[in-house]
Amino acid sequence: MAGRSRPRAGALLGTVPFFAFVTIFLVVPTLTVVIGAFTGDGGRGVTLENVRALADEYILAAFGRSITLSAASAIIGAVLGALLAYALVTAKPDGPLRRVVTAAAGVLAQFGGVTLAFAFLATIGLSGFVTLWLQEHGLDPYANGVWLFELPGLTLVYTYFQIPLMVIVFLPALDGIRPQWREATASLGGNTWHYWTRVAGPLLAPAFLGSALLLFANAFSAYATAAALVSQGSPIVPLQIRGALTSEVVLGQANLGKAMALGMVVVVAVVMTLYSLLQRRTAKWLG
Amino acid sequence: MARVIFRWTVLTVMGVFFLLPLVAMVEFSTRDPETWPLLLDWPRLAGEYPALAEGILASLAQAALTSVLMLVLLVPTAIWVRLRLPRLRRVVEFLCLLPLTIPAIVLVVGLAPVYAWVNYLIGGSSLTLVFAYTILVLPYAYRAIDTGLSAIDVRTLAEAARGLGAGWTTVIWRVVLPNIRSAVLSAAFLTVALVLGEFTIASLLHRTNLQVAIEFLGKSSATVSVAVSLTALLLAFTLLLVLSLAGSSSKERRS
Repeated sequence: MAGRSRPRAGALLGTVPFFAFVTIFLVVPTLTVVIGAFTGDGGRGVTLENVRALADEYILAAFGRSITLSAASAIIGAVLGALLAYALVTAKPDGPLRRVVTAAAGVLAQFGGVTLAFAFLATIGLSGFVTLWLQEHGLDPYANGVWLFELPGLTLVYTYFQIPLMVIVFLPALDGIRPQWREATASLGGNTWHYWTRVAGPLLAPAFLGSALLLFANAFSAYATAAALVSQGSPIVPLQIRGALTSEVVLGQANLGKAMALGMVVVVAVVMTLYSLLQRRTAKWLG
Repeated sequence: MARVIFRWTVLTVMGVFFLLPLVAMVEFSTRDPETWPLLLDWPRLAGEYPALAEGILASLAQAALTSVLMLVLLVPTAIWVRLRLPRLRRVVEFLCLLPLTIPAIVLVVGLAPVYAWVNYLIGGSSLTLVFAYTILVLPYAYRAIDTGLSAIDVRTLAEAARGLGAGWTTVIWRVVLPNIRSAVLSAAFLTVALVLGEFTIASLLHRTNLQVAIEFLGKSSATVSVAVSLTALLLAFTLLLVLSLAGSSSKERRS
């Protein structure tokens, strides 16, 4: 293959536009974040000050809330999504039900941002459809304060794209379960309980955990939905970064935003590494 | 039997949860009977909500230009790397999938200085977002195009064409491209759907698009903004639904 090709420099020339573009708009921004996180404001010089500032109480609290929100929405999404996926697996594999629901899940998993926030405002906002209906029937969802714009509300809204994502990523694992395994369990004298706890459960556990981690990363990186819903205060890290970006001129904290961004990348990288490890384990049996 | 009951219980509960917000949007946006006729009347809409009209036009232009830039950048590179530089494939794949692991909010932090230069060199038009959006759609577009290229024998096609005297441009443009038409189309569809829904980068780089306009409008006129949200949503849903149904039926045909 290498022998018959013309001088490699000529062939490389064809990829220059792609690499130039990606360098300017992807590699440089990524490096800007990494380097900026360790650079002092307004000048050069390596400093750990920004990274150390991450230990500030309010930033730690924001990371804590981000992680709580992502974990809660990931667990709820994973459990409900797995139930839905299981309901689909028991249906006919090529039936219209399964095709329609998988297609809908593919679409809804992409749904987020401003439109999703507005959809929930129209549903359970202060004058939303469901809120008004409940109040007419003597139930006030906001009797103990408005929770839609805080963590419980964000968790609920995030569930809307987490469940479909779970269906998409968990369905292949469920499809990998062979009916013969159930028969084998039965012929060895096991009942349904044994099958789920000793055979299917352990086999599906890595896939389930891996999918839950993917959901976690998905919620952790989300910004637009929260930004449209929460206009006061910055409870979670992405909103703290918004604060640092929009007020950087005033406070001179440009690089603190970069340090927080780096913190986010680190969390996502750790989660995604665990995910790929679990994926490899899943592929052993259910690939 | 128990299974059937379980299946339909789960599907019904989930169905209600997922349809309720959409129904609520319809109900909310029809509270004022003037809302929908206004949306269908472009001159009036542009007169009453100039920022919204500007956002809609900006988003449509961004979606079209991002599709073009993505295709121009990605298709020849993907073909070229497959044919002449197989060793670079890993690098190209890594770079294309990288945006998946970088949250958009993090990318914005790094893009801000780059866009300071963009502002300086070509101005602050909302169309300059096309550069950032091309990066955002790279993972999805790359996967679509790569799948398309894997399904055909690019090397043999190219060698046959070269043997008949075709130049590289002819090979890419007239031989390989027509064979991956559906992959190119799905990459473009995904791009349009993603660009129409983008908010993070536009809002933090102080440029306008549909989502930024909707968010801004939400503060003053909730009904109109919910109606526009619903329209944008249905448009994106239709695009993605057509894509996924077309994808699953073409898979069936192949197998």
